[in-house]
Amino acid sequence: MLVHTAFGRAEQVARHWSAAGCPIVIHADKNVPKKTYTGFVKALSDLPNVRFSRRHRCEWGTWGLVAATQSASAVMLSDFKDVRHVYLASGSCLPLRPVQELVDYLAERPHTDFIESATTADVPWTIGGLDQERFMLRFPFSWRKNRFLFDKYVALQRKLGYRRRIPNGIVPHMGSQWWCLTRQTLSAILEDPDRSVYDQYFRKVWIPDESYFQTLSRLYSRQIESRSLTLSKFDYQGKPHIFYDDHLQLLRRSDCFVARKIWPFADKLYDAFLTDAAGAMKRTEPNPGKIDRIFAKAVERRVRGRPGLYMQSRFPVEGRENGLTCAQYSMFEGFSDLFENFGPWLARVTGTRVHGHLFAPERAEFSDGQRVMNGALSDNATLRDYNPHAFLASLIWNTRGERQCFQFGPRDTVKEIEWNIAKDPNAQISVISGAWAVPLFKSNLNFSEIRQEAARLQQIESKHLDVLRSPWAKARIRIWTMAEFIEAPMEPLQTIIDEIGKQSQHGLAEVPKMADLTGFGQFLQNLKNQGMHPYLMGDFPVEHRLHEPERGQRKPYLVR
Amino acid sequence: MTWAAEAWLAYRLRWKRRRLLFRALRKRRQLDPVRDLTSLIKPDDILVFSTVRNEALRLPFFLAHYRALGVGHFLIVDNDSDDGTQEYLAAQPDVSVWHSGHSYKLSRFGVDWLTWLQIRFGHGHWCLTVDADEILIYPHHDTRPMQALTEWLDAHGRQSFGTMMLDMYPKGKLDAERYEAGADPFERLCWFDGGNYVMQKKRDLHNLWIQGGVRARKFFAERPERAPTLGKTPLVKWNRRFAYVSSAHSILPRRLNLVYDDQGGERLSGILLHTKFLHVVVARSAEEKHRAEHFANSALYDDYYDSLQTAPDLWCEQSHRLTGWRQLEAMGLMSRGNWT
Repeated sequence: MLVHTAFGRAEQVARHWSAAGCPIVIHADKNVPKKTYTGFVKALSDLPNVRFSRRHRCEWGTWGLVAATQSASAVMLSDFKDVRHVYLASGSCLPLRPVQELVDYLAERPHTDFIESATTADVPWTIGGLDQERFMLRFPFSWRKNRFLFDKYVALQRKLGYRRRIPNGIVPHMGSQWWCLTRQTLSAILEDPDRSVYDQYFRKVWIPDESYFQTLSRLYSRQIESRSLTLSKFDYQGKPHIFYDDHLQLLRRSDCFVARKIWPFADKLYDAFLTDAAGAMKRTEPNPGKIDRIFAKAVERRVRGRPGLYMQSRFPVEGRENGLTCAQYSMFEGFSDLFENFGPWLARVTGTRVHGHLFAPERAEFSDGQRVMNGALSDNATLRDYNPHAFLASLIWNTRGERQCFQFGPRDTVKEIEWNIAKDPNAQISVISGAWAVPLFKSNLNFSEIRQEAARLQQIESKHLDVLRSPWAKARIRIWTMAEFIEAPMEPLQTIIDEIGKQSQHGLAEVPKMADLTGFGQFLQNLKNQGMHPYLMGDFPVEHRLHEPERGQRKPYLVR
Repeated sequence: MTWAAEAWLAYRLRWKRRRLLFRALRKRRQLDPVRDLTSLIKPDDILVFSTVRNEALRLPFFLAHYRALGVGHFLIVDNDSDDGTQEYLAAQPDVSVWHSGHSYKLSRFGVDWLTWLQIRFGHGHWCLTVDADEILIYPHHDTRPMQALTEWLDAHGRQSFGTMMLDMYPKGKLDAERYEAGADPFERLCWFDGGNYVMQKKRDLHNLWIQGGVRARKFFAERPERAPTLGKTPLVKWNRRFAYVSSAHSILPRRLNLVYDDQGGERLSGILLHTKFLHVVVARSAEEKHRAEHFANSALYDDYYDSLQTAPDLWCEQSHRLTGWRQLEAMGLMSRGNWT
């Protein structure tokens, strides 16, 4: 048992092992003050089967930890002749199952060494690089205390192309430092005639406690189970995950024999696992699957985060958002101008939430006339325009699980938000260009005002279309001119609806009602005659044509 | 920003920090010790620093909450209370109290005083700087004391911990029910705005400027830029060379403001539950408007105080009811990061 802190807990666990008849050799870090150490030794002096081994200075990533393990192993093998398996544990390890179960488990597998041991070539699992190189370079400087020299010396060796020779052609293996080896294997490693050669080599290897025994056991073991009996998880920075009181159920269900690292003040865990030894004898294999998944998820959350979320501890720089919003949504431009009942129709056909013009200058037109949306998002235009991107991201985030659709057009506050939407791969943008002219056509304004407004809207939409057509636009964008669209309106509608992907299989049973466009061609011609050429709607003939329905009898759309 | 401009800014901020420290040094004379128990502070204690004025109503719950989380000692400046706050605090076994009759505003909202106390007593400790109406919660706070949190932060090389203030409000008029000292304020203040926050990164100090929430919705809808700042970095492994810049919203040196991940990941973060909207807020708004001590441009906030005095109902159909930290975590108002 390697101990360097929390001696009270180490004593508690040592007593637990000892009471179950397992002899223990304890190594305490030489950095521990003498007073603490002697107190610790004294506290355990009543146990007959506890020994203390020669102390080494243990710093993370250095040889000291291996030296400590070697000394302690030697004591164990010489002082306790009937020990068959040696289990390397730490002071913050906690046995989760009755010790007898572990004893039985090992007795059934008398020749098996449990040591995680993989070649670096096959498993690139190390954190922060240095997987092959830790065996090829020299590491005389401390990573903790002399990071600068450590890094510089690595860089220098790389530059010079320095390579160490690996003695006797051994194949470097790596794995968890917490192993359980048989007497045969362990003594073979310690008594190897070439041990001084190996020791000399591993002294300058980076983090040798993860490779010394892992490599050498490959030379002697009869049967290696390449896994650790100790449940020990590391996060993406190589820091061990810590178990707290609230992990009690999780640890119980894991069926692992030993877990580390336990928070020293996790009273509930120590009470639970060190007292109820009488628990039913289970013959199950350790099953850390659930814990693995939970910790993998935590790392995922730390590294990738929840897409589309902006908060006090997640605020990605541009380009690292991993999704500007959290879910897909649809933006329709011109549809509500061309069709009289587009919103209600879309809601019925797709079952999605359909808003009006979210970016209207007066207020955000939420669905059903709501003044406040999910998450207490206000419809106030000033509030919205203070940070339109946050407004949209919040709306999509707050309504997770329900697709949002909204209308958009050149009358809205376009400039502040158009790039955010165009660059968002979650956006599905469908545009009928020039349809903004329909409300003008229907309006009761003076023609000079109409002309002025038409010129303004056309300019805005034209710039907006440039944005949508730019190479940086990442949304799924479809643009039709109005003339193009009314030529065959069902096909584009069907495509858009299919993409939203929620309607019935049989195509569109119901179609939205198109505005009456009788005289629209003439209206456009009048604008032209005034010197304002409306071009975004495509070519509209002045005289009546087929797509302009005869008065009184509308041409039915084809339903696919 | 070019390299030169960045270096120049860093240099200026360095001097700004020194100026703030010097200011705190001068203002130390404004503090009179009332009860000094700082000799009881143990090396690993987590310390709470706070400036209070007439908070006798909130302090019992405040102290109880932070004691339960494992705070070792409270260092509190009483700014001229007349409701027995000082006497109450002086009777506590783990609170050191100073009194100051000087201006709250001129001491940068109490920060100068606290900076001095932090220089004296905070060095090397994890220090939590909160107001009496701010209740810190963080992921797993119900099962893991703050020592677990600070040890974890230490192990991960973090010196500061970010939070957002969450304004909690009741359903119905603000003064419809009286709150009794010591009771759980969130029995009535159990509603909050779940998803209407906006944030931007400050160019100079690199902190996140978070606004929004219920106060922006109800009082600052037409002047959102004036809405109160909600981001705070209240928990810091203190060094005597550190200094808060504006309340606990931002701090120098500015690396401490990087409590967020800007590469897409989520860092561990918490929430300050804000108990401002207890029934007393109605009466206090009149006083605060008159004292004009709470905002740099206090006159701009007259409307805010006026509407608070009408005891409005802040609740709306889309308000969320607080059920616990897991709810806030799932809603994305705080994050576990990789602390599982």
